[in-house]
Amino acid sequence: MSIRERLSGNEAIATAMRQINPDVFAMFPITPSTEIPQYFAQYVADGKVDTEFICVESEHSSLSACLGAEAAGCRAVTATSSAGLSYMNEVLYVAGSSRLPVVLAVACRALTGPININHDYSDSMAERDSGFIQLYGENNQEVYDNYLMAHRIAEHPLVRLPLMVCEDGFITSHAIENIEIEEDDKVKAFVGEYHPENYLLKKENPLAVGPYGVSGYYMEARVAQAQAMKNAKQVILDVAADFEKTFGRKYGFFEEYRMEDAEVAMVIMGSSAGTAKAAVDELRRDGVKAGLVKIRVFRPFPGEELAKVLTGCKAVAVMDKSEGFSACGGPLFAETAGACINLDKRPKLIDIVFGLGGRDFTVAAALQVFDRLQGIAETGEIGEVYTHMGQREA
Amino acid sequence: MSRKAAEINEQIPWQEMTVGCEIYEPGTSRLTKTGEWRSKTPVWLEEKCKQCVLCAPFCPDACIPVSDGKRREFDYDHCKGCGICIKACPFNAIEWKEDEA
Repeated sequence: MSIRERLSGNEAIATAMRQINPDVFAMFPITPSTEIPQYFAQYVADGKVDTEFICVESEHSSLSACLGAEAAGCRAVTATSSAGLSYMNEVLYVAGSSRLPVVLAVACRALTGPININHDYSDSMAERDSGFIQLYGENNQEVYDNYLMAHRIAEHPLVRLPLMVCEDGFITSHAIENIEIEEDDKVKAFVGEYHPENYLLKKENPLAVGPYGVSGYYMEARVAQAQAMKNAKQVILDVAADFEKTFGRKYGFFEEYRMEDAEVAMVIMGSSAGTAKAAVDELRRDGVKAGLVKIRVFRPFPGEELAKVLTGCKAVAVMDKSEGFSACGGPLFAETAGACINLDKRPKLIDIVFGLGGRDFTVAAALQVFDRLQGIAETGEIGEVYTHMGQREA
Repeated sequence: MSRKAAEINEQIPWQEMTVGCEIYEPGTSRLTKTGEWRSKTPVWLEEKCKQCVLCAPFCPDACIPVSDGKRREFDYDHCKGCGICIKACPFNAIEWKEDEA
């Protein structure tokens, strides 16, 4: 039986970690992810886990300690946000290329500057090419569920890639919601134990991790890593199918919300999708064929699958909650546009950058976006492709 | 795939590389001759050598083999020519090879 419990996103992640009981947690605090190691430290003090809890001196070190532990054959976890994730940057790539399946919880927060502690995806999007799988949750339940699936995806022999479980800073990390927690023994049975084939502490099989790869080998190593990311797609679906069978909640690469016959649609991520769904419902009541696609898996990006869903639409707004400074759109727009480019029949696409640094996103704002999409659908005129929304204008 | 380092070379396809380029056995530096990086070469003058063996632990690349308590000829397959052994030797029994200086 699932247990109804009131938990913040951070406590939900810490709870999942307690149930999984990882071998190593290397922690360094940063707002708004700090509560995750804070809750976990209590579990350690109370003897609820037998995790080696290491307090290190930086995020560069926390992820490095996790990599050392993973190479030694352990299941290792950590959590961070914003500048902390940026400080891990170098080590993130080492985790990916060394194929060490560390699981990293990210309470997504704006990057400086101006200095800001609130939510957007500038931290996680800046690391989208680091070789991590990235799962995003809309609410506390999805964040908890994504965490329960994370280790199985990351550690799968055909994948062996590190993974970020992303939640929206403060909005998800600190807001308390009623969610369903699964029983400890059922979680343990679902996640299973980690038994890598080769590891540093296996004395009968000496191992070297992360060797130098000259140009005669680098390309091959990167192709193999790219293949692992492709393999992750099927593994993500397989684990989600088993999750649904075990716990009853269904997940895919993305959630299609009222997309069956949608003519105008939004592609959006995280908690903002909940707000946008209210706008979709309102429009549907008025007979407007509006829909929404909420991206759960950003890496690997489900391009082909997304294109199939969007091909029937007339106009689509991609909602980017991070600024990429490309002068032609944010990262989610680039991926979505790339996914649609070879469709015979494709929608008009616009990019809207919104919600930066915790700027509110409202149902009224979502309705404005759909209003613009309806205009594009009727006239075929796109207007400006890349715009910002929610800022004060002179 | 647990392929041994000796079976990995610049002809094998990416599908046959090990995961994350992991190496599954020790001592694989024997397979790679890094001595070709050397631009200057230390030479051991056996007649001057008192076999104090101070040079061997100073070598950063373990290129001065020691057996039966005595240093032996340089491992030129791996010596980078850093010259630390020349500085370490109290008896001037190691010097740079002429015409390379």
